[in-house]
Amino acid sequence: MDTIGLYRTTIGKKAVMAVTGAALLLFVIAHMIGNLAVFSGADAIDGYGRFLREINVVWPMRIGLLGCIALHFLAAYQLTAKARKARGKYEHRRRVQGSYAARTMRWGGVIIALFVVYHLLDLTVGWLNPHGVSGEIYANVVADFQHWYVVLAYTLAVVALGFHIRHGVWSATQTLGITTSRVIGLGVAVVICAGFLSVPFAVFTGLVS
Amino acid sequence: MKLTLRIWRQSSATGRLVDYELEDLSPDMSFLEMLDVLNERLITAGDDPVAFDHDCREGICGMCGLMINGMAHGPEKATTACQLHLRHFKDGDVITVEPWRAEPFPVVRDLVVDRSAFDRIVAAGGYISVPAGSAPDAHATPVPKPDADTAFEAAACIGCGACVAACPNGSGMLFTAAKATHLGVLPQGQPERYSRARDMVAEHDASGFGGCTNAGECTPACPKGIPLTTIARLNADLLRGHTIRSDR
Amino acid sequence: MPDTHTEGSPIADQRAPDGPIESRWDRRRFSARLVNPANRRNRSVIVVGTGLAGGAAAATLGELGYQVKSFCYQDSPRRAHSIAAQGGINAAKNYRNDGDSVHRLFYDTVKGGDFRSRESNVHRLAQISVEIIDQCVAQGVPFAREYGGLLDTRSFGGAQVSRTFYARGQTGQQLLLGAYQALERQIAAGRVEMHARTEMLDLIVVDGRARGIVVRDLVTGAVSSHFADAVVLATGGYGNVFHLSTNAKGCNTTAIWRAHRRGALFANPCFTQIHPTCIPISGDHQSKLTLMSESLRNDGRVWVPRDAHDTRAPNDIPEDERDYFLERMYPSFGNLVPRDIASRAAKNISDEKRGVYLDFSDAIKRLGALAVEQRYGNLFEMYQRITGDDPYKTPMRIYPAVHYTMGGLWVDYDLRSTIPGLYVIGEANFSDHGANRLGASALMQGLADGYFVLPGVIGDYLADAPFEAVDDSHPAVADTLSEVRGRVTTLLAVNGDRTVESFHRELGRLMWDECGMERDEAGLRKALERIPELRAEFWQRVKVPGTGERLNQELEKAGRVADFFELAELMCIDALHRAESCGGHFRTESQTPDGEALRDDANYAYVAAWEYTGVGQPPVLHKEELAFEHVTPSTRSYS
Repeated sequence: MDTIGLYRTTIGKKAVMAVTGAALLLFVIAHMIGNLAVFSGADAIDGYGRFLREINVVWPMRIGLLGCIALHFLAAYQLTAKARKARGKYEHRRRVQGSYAARTMRWGGVIIALFVVYHLLDLTVGWLNPHGVSGEIYANVVADFQHWYVVLAYTLAVVALGFHIRHGVWSATQTLGITTSRVIGLGVAVVICAGFLSVPFAVFTGLVS
Repeated sequence: MKLTLRIWRQSSATGRLVDYELEDLSPDMSFLEMLDVLNERLITAGDDPVAFDHDCREGICGMCGLMINGMAHGPEKATTACQLHLRHFKDGDVITVEPWRAEPFPVVRDLVVDRSAFDRIVAAGGYISVPAGSAPDAHATPVPKPDADTAFEAAACIGCGACVAACPNGSGMLFTAAKATHLGVLPQGQPERYSRARDMVAEHDASGFGGCTNAGECTPACPKGIPLTTIARLNADLLRGHTIRSDR
Repeated sequence: MPDTHTEGSPIADQRAPDGPIESRWDRRRFSARLVNPANRRNRSVIVVGTGLAGGAAAATLGELGYQVKSFCYQDSPRRAHSIAAQGGINAAKNYRNDGDSVHRLFYDTVKGGDFRSRESNVHRLAQISVEIIDQCVAQGVPFAREYGGLLDTRSFGGAQVSRTFYARGQTGQQLLLGAYQALERQIAAGRVEMHARTEMLDLIVVDGRARGIVVRDLVTGAVSSHFADAVVLATGGYGNVFHLSTNAKGCNTTAIWRAHRRGALFANPCFTQIHPTCIPISGDHQSKLTLMSESLRNDGRVWVPRDAHDTRAPNDIPEDERDYFLERMYPSFGNLVPRDIASRAAKNISDEKRGVYLDFSDAIKRLGALAVEQRYGNLFEMYQRITGDDPYKTPMRIYPAVHYTMGGLWVDYDLRSTIPGLYVIGEANFSDHGANRLGASALMQGLADGYFVLPGVIGDYLADAPFEAVDDSHPAVADTLSEVRGRVTTLLAVNGDRTVESFHRELGRLMWDECGMERDEAGLRKALERIPELRAEFWQRVKVPGTGERLNQELEKAGRVADFFELAELMCIDALHRAESCGGHFRTESQTPDGEALRDDANYAYVAAWEYTGVGQPPVLHKEELAFEHVTPSTRSYS
């Protein structure tokens, strides 16, 4: 086992991104499923939040996620720096033929990171939330998505996340040595987008109030 | 037909695009034959001809390589620049011609670049160690046909560098993976399979190529259509080579 | 007495053992002296060229422990023109149990060469063929395989046994990559020093021994010397003397021609091979010809319009106005007659300005389009890419093209030229193919020479090494260096009004017309008059732009074409003196009543080895008599 040697290679860095990406993806899926408790009413989702605190998973989870994000970001940064130096500067370059998702991985990642900061200040810390009461998840969410600009911000972020996942799932499996169909990544992305967006739109349209 | 060429001219550290108008071209000409015509004209006029690499002119030696209108080897799929014919362009077109551009492929002159980094990657491990005379009978080891076909498909790489030229990361991973796959799927290549992956990737990275981010630009640009699955295979070999097979 | 040359003393191969032909190679290897493994690192060898022969030789000599320097003009040793060979490689493995044997491959090769090759050499080639396949498979060459995992073979070029191993249509590429990878391994190990983009411009001969070469770094323009105990030339053939050929654009004769000028005899220069199924010329801009595998003739039918002036599209010409001339002239072999015969028939007919068509419509009717696609799909694609025509719908147009040169520097059984220490391997020598090469035998010879023959005997010479150290101050070296530099300066100084390309085109046209597929005395004499005129004009009017101190592709080309001008003259002299027809050399004065080649064994059963005496001076002919003890010369007949 030669972990340091592996990380020194470009493929090793990609593998770190693939593994941390997979962990983050699992969190995102769990988060999305948890969100759907909104549709069962205030008691359900507020109770879900209390349950998570009672079993003491919140802080270990946060530390783990932070570690994953840090590694994911570090590897991405190093690979980007190397690619910047390596790639040719053409006078005339035809638009890249690959998918939009593949091309926007780096900036998409940055957008998602900025959104996460906002999201934490909004619904975790509550500073940017119109209601902003800790533990009252349902009320905070409903207060948020009355405003079109909040819905828009969340929608843009979730779509960016969808694109990131769409290419990320395929790319991660490829990096770990398994070639899968690109459709799998698309499927995962669509389900996650639909799941996350169902909440703000349900609130905005009055389905949940 | 009539074409306007915007060709990269470089004789020192920097270069620029220079416009040339060509008339009376035949649609049956190859792209390189058009450059021949231009060069004849330039020489007769006392100017320096455009330097470009070429040799076999039948799509197999891998020596030619031009970025034509921003596309490696031009617009036709699975076609090298030497086999690209003018019938694929329209009368009056303006065509930009640039050299391959990537940090590990420095420009030598005009459209000629130095691709010796590819040789170094092969020297690092892209072989099976078998001195002449030491081989067993050719039928001593049968090779399942699907493996032989996979090896062949990867071995078709001509080392032209189009994958690097097209890659948004300046990565040479398709080239490296093609060789690792060719040798790695054959029974003869098993003893050195993991060290080969480690050594070739280490040399690839050290030569200044970028890492692969699976953007998928290389395979469409490849004149031999080397598939992306080769990269997955190399990734798997490298990961194993640094973990459970780090002793080999 | 002929006016074009003089005759000198006969020459003989001193190194081939006599006795039973089957054990000659064993006995030669045993009698050859060896170099102790510990001493090999003090013996150095220069190998010029990195194709099948040169790449394999440099790698193998490195494996043996010699200090090797390898040179190629391309940007990487992987690009040598061996890479373009399509069809396959012969080997007497008899895996098919179809009656093949070393002796049969030997017999077929001597007969195919029209009895103008050496029995000893050819027999050794047939013996070694078996080891080549083993070696290449072990290296990972992805030959075609059967479902059982064993190697597939096919019959090629009219052979009656299936002895040709292949890797789709890219056999040369795969074999070369095997040699290239072995070479790169030695480069990494520090045993081979590689000099790419470096062209050999002269041979350094010191005290009668080949001791080095003068090269020009094509990127910096620097002219410098490299020294070694022996020099190996593996620089390929000279088909580009015809301007248009299936050779790569850079293929040239400079290395062997310069060695010839330094004293190496040049054997059988007029033996050139023309391949019948190439894609025709589309205009004056044509820069090279592309070959299509002769396997196409297995199912395609060759025809011309009956009316020589028919300008209709081929599909508009009705069946009864087509002349299937190969089937008409050679009823028993039909479209499968050997290369030289098919080429000559096609050229004679298309000289009358008719198109020659290779038609698959019958095959598509008989086998279905799918079966035809499976067999020839990649060739059809290539044809369509170049011509824009779809061969499934329109008959392919074909034209013969120069493809291979059997002639080359004269070598003995050890592949040593007449200059001690100078070895010549692969297409660059003359040794194994006589007057005509069989399909799938070029790859076999290149690899046999590189992997096995040369490494097996070069020790005999290197046992006397290391020789006295020389450097640039040695008079012989200084002279050679200044000659090369002077030549570069002269080429740049002419500053005339004609491009190198225009001279090359004119020379090629002349050679194709007068010294191509058919030669006659009047035409050859005409060429011998015209070549010196054109050569003189070249040195007065050529225009080479730029300087010699950097990458200058026109300068490279100019030097090569200048040497082609000298070689062309020797080719015509050789073709003129050989008043018989044999293999690829067809003299119209020497043919049977039905128009086939008529050999003259009584007068011409020899190798013509030419000695250089000066530009435009009559060369001296040295004859090496050929003895046939194991294969009785007979007339090739295909009607």
